[in-house]
Amino acid sequence: MKYMMMMNTPSRGPYQVASWPRKDLEAHIQFMKDFAKKLSAAGELVAAEGLAGPDQAKLIRAGSDGRPVTDGVFPESKEFLAGYWIVDVESPERAYQLAAEASAAPGPGGKPLNLAIEVRQVMSGPPEV
Amino acid sequence: MPTSLAPHIEHLLRELAPRVLGLVVRRFHDFAASEDAVQEALIAATAQWPRDGVPEEPRAWLIQVAARRLTDQVRAEAARRRREALVVSLVPPEEQLALAPDSDESAGRDDTLVLLFLCCHPALTSASAIALTLRAVGGLTTAEIAKAFLVPEATMAQRISRAKQTIKASGVPFQLPTVEERAQRLGNVLHVLYLIFSEGYTTSSGPELHRTDLSGEALRLTRMLRALLPEDGEVAGLLALMLLTDARREARTGPVGELIPLDEQDRSRWDAQAIAEGVALVTETLSKGSIGVYPVQAAIAAVHDEAPRAEDTDWPQILALYGVLMQLSDNPMVTLNHAVATAMVHGPEAGLELLKALDGDARLAGHHRLDAVRAHLLERAGDPEGAIQHYTKAAGRTTSIPERNYLLTQAARLSDARK
Repeated sequence: MKYMMMMNTPSRGPYQVASWPRKDLEAHIQFMKDFAKKLSAAGELVAAEGLAGPDQAKLIRAGSDGRPVTDGVFPESKEFLAGYWIVDVESPERAYQLAAEASAAPGPGGKPLNLAIEVRQVMSGPPEV
Repeated sequence: MPTSLAPHIEHLLRELAPRVLGLVVRRFHDFAASEDAVQEALIAATAQWPRDGVPEEPRAWLIQVAARRLTDQVRAEAARRRREALVVSLVPPEEQLALAPDSDESAGRDDTLVLLFLCCHPALTSASAIALTLRAVGGLTTAEIAKAFLVPEATMAQRISRAKQTIKASGVPFQLPTVEERAQRLGNVLHVLYLIFSEGYTTSSGPELHRTDLSGEALRLTRMLRALLPEDGEVAGLLALMLLTDARREARTGPVGELIPLDEQDRSRWDAQAIAEGVALVTETLSKGSIGVYPVQAAIAAVHDEAPRAEDTDWPQILALYGVLMQLSDNPMVTLNHAVATAMVHGPEAGLELLKALDGDARLAGHHRLDAVRAHLLERAGDPEGAIQHYTKAAGRTTSIPERNYLLTQAARLSDARK
């Protein structure tokens, strides 16, 4: 079964990576790389991407003529999606375990960030009898 | 194999894959390396045979190509270890394998069974067992398996490679398990085959309702298993269950892939030949006294398939069969189906009464099927409000897109009727 793990970060607070000391930033990046490598080696990785920051995000709607109407930027959003993983795992418990691992990514001073990771099942077949 | 491949070549390669692999492993004693080599030989065949024609001895051709790959591998390793002077005694595998590869038909048949038991090893997760079975016994390429399960090819390759490492680490020799082990492990083999079938048949990941390539492959492998173990009632039962379920495939979906429930299906679209075969098989199995979970489930499917119209369904017999099934397995899904059968025989209130007992079952907590069944029974009991509520709840809980669409449509239909 597939799950999407979404890392949401507050726009104020610990995930202001730009202000971190270089050593801590490098440790964080290395953690993310290792995590992806580990998922891949386990045969559990379907996709993983980091997303550009909210100061580039825009909201698009179709206008009355069907053309895109652009709104934003919204860098002042309270929370934003920083990145996601899609994993294919044996059980929901395994997905929760992986999400907890991702949540423990190191922040300033090497302390775990413990950011919230939203875990959602990707629509698929129901478990069989 | 690519879909463009002529069916007779594809069929031939899938037939040959486990026999060639079995022979190569038995002679070369290294499952992982042999499996890679045979996989490469199969890929070479898919490229060459359509162009140059099928060789006169296709099995010998595959064995030879696989042996050549293994030889290259051994030589590369030998070169690496030359200084260790270990390799002097190594006989190149092409010489080992050149020994009358086609003279050993009966052993070849047993090898397929050994392969199945090896790939459905209890040390593997079911996802790994499925992948390895499809590749080693089914002869599917990693790319095809990855596509069927909607994961990247690299991910599937890792899964297969880890499965092979797990088998290697567990130190299982390449031979048929003892009679006792076999009885235990056969359950695992059947479960893996059933999971492959279900992945193809039921609502799969994504928008498409089923993947016939996978259910077809599961059917083929189960047929093969039945040929190898003709006396086993559970194997026969599983084959019958697959045939009787797969027979309804065409009628299960509407023009835009929407799910059509059993009682609304156009029964003229059911596969009469598959039903006849499945019914004969389940009748024979039950008459021999095999009352296991698969034969009984197949018997239930047979009762459904034999009714010319939905209203002709012999529900008392289905109810009795679910009674037997409940004694064989402690599965809340079976209890849920038993409640449905009860409602068909004794009325929706009797069914709703049985559902109350399931509310406390943690294994079903939050499961959409319980809500969906309750919605259906409430509708029949004349409570559209309650039905709408539970159809909607079930729709929110299902993880299957076609099923969600079906449940939402049911709720919308009742809401429209109320207006």
